[in-house]
Amino acid sequence: MRAVITIVGKDAVGILAKASNVCAKHNANIVDVTQTVMGDIFAMVMLAEIDKMESSIDTLQDELDGVLAGQGLVAHVMHEDIFNAMHRI
Amino acid sequence: MLNIKDILETVQMIQDECLDVRTITMGISLVDCADSDIGKSCGKVYDKIVRKAEKLVETGENISRTYGIPIINKRVAVTPIAFLAGVSGGNPADYARTLDRAAHAIGVNFIGGYSALVQKGFSAGDEALIRSIPEALDETERICSSVNLGSTKAGINMDAVVLMGKIVKETARRTADRQSIGCAKLVVLCNAPEDNPFMAGAFHGFGEPDCVINVGVSGPGVVRAALQRLGKDAPIQTVADTVKKTAFKVTRMGQLVAGEASKALDVPFGIVDLSLAPTPAVGDSVARILEEMGVETCGGPGTTACLALLNDAVKKGGVMASGRVGGLSGAFIPVSEDEGMMAAVRSGALCVEKLEAMTSVCSVGLDMIVLPGDTEAAVISGIIADEAAIGMVNQKTTAVRVIPAEGCKVGDEVNFGGLLGGGPVMPVSTVSPAAFVTRGGYIPAPMQSLKN
Repeated sequence: MRAVITIVGKDAVGILAKASNVCAKHNANIVDVTQTVMGDIFAMVMLAEIDKMESSIDTLQDELDGVLAGQGLVAHVMHEDIFNAMHRI
Repeated sequence: MLNIKDILETVQMIQDECLDVRTITMGISLVDCADSDIGKSCGKVYDKIVRKAEKLVETGENISRTYGIPIINKRVAVTPIAFLAGVSGGNPADYARTLDRAAHAIGVNFIGGYSALVQKGFSAGDEALIRSIPEALDETERICSSVNLGSTKAGINMDAVVLMGKIVKETARRTADRQSIGCAKLVVLCNAPEDNPFMAGAFHGFGEPDCVINVGVSGPGVVRAALQRLGKDAPIQTVADTVKKTAFKVTRMGQLVAGEASKALDVPFGIVDLSLAPTPAVGDSVARILEEMGVETCGGPGTTACLALLNDAVKKGGVMASGRVGGLSGAFIPVSEDEGMMAAVRSGALCVEKLEAMTSVCSVGLDMIVLPGDTEAAVISGIIADEAAIGMVNQKTTAVRVIPAEGCKVGDEVNFGGLLGGGPVMPVSTVSPAAFVTRGGYIPAPMQSLKN
């Protein structure tokens, strides 16, 4: 099972590092990363294998919220299937 | 990898445009709970609901967390209780109290099915149940009640029409201390669908399986945002196309959730209801979609045409996205639950008569309209008859959920809180239809009923 992690908000130093750290800590294997900066808006999409993750999606979400708190960034951790359902026929 | 644009579009829909799954509704048949002893019958009803829906709320929350989609309501719809009341006799309100206890036990916010289907006449239990509605809605918190009194096949039961006018008034009186909130949980229908997951009209029809999962999707905010990006000068067929594409995506999400819920609960999947259901939140309004299409204020000339286009495009987009579409599927226009509708009423652009015209092309009917407290029962019956006639002739579901708020007059504001919202008391014609509605009997089914 793969999860899509998105982080959108104000650009700053170290966002990717913080997100990857949280993933590593929970044994979520990052298989792809795309990021872009439009103006000063930062958008990052990360695809992670979570089958061997040692905690729930919830915990991952909470921890990302924690490390990004107060920086004007919003993180979403969502099962990959939601995007396949909505954007693939 | 998935396209970053698609991913961010979905995230934006959820984060900024109020996209959600509005309800996972478990339909539960209570046919096997019927007993000639009302005490035993209530006991079986409670046990079956708690057994079947024990994990409904937990499952909904799990899916919500895994997929990152808000699932707002977890609900239950049961076999019309009039059937059980017909078998057991006694005071049908005992069932309401039982259902309310069950709702609290499993943590759902509404149970629908305190209902009677009387389009062709009253059978055992029907009239007793209808007469007990004011007591049931007064003494319970989470019960929704509905009465189907007309259909294209059967015509309109005018005895039920006149009775329901009085029942709506009585319910308003009994719940006067709570701004007549009982009426917000009571809907009178024509051509009621048997698999509708949305309250207050949800019940589990007799043609349904023992237990089933129905899902209602929403997303007026998403449709409006898509139209906003389109710009004001796009041709109308592009507007329709955009609505279709958006409805497709939203429904696919609903279908995914329905499949997951069905698997997790080991209950068959029933239908996805692809409705645009507004909430009082800013940005989650159907009225604002119509305004985005180009009507200055909802209720102005052109509103009905815009709504017809919207309703049709939602169905067309959604139907390919789901294995089985059902329920009401279309655009709802509940006034007190829609921020844009409330604003339109306050500005004087939207009146009850225009809403009636809109109900001939939307997916339901006159919904969540607050009327003056001194509105006569006969006037409410007249409104019900008009609405049922629109549904009967046009072979569509229509409904009336009006709240004659005790002690309130035109211009006052009421507030029910939560998804029920609130809003201004609307003026309504006081010309009396009493002589017509009290004739009783039935309006014969139209020619459209003779299809065989």
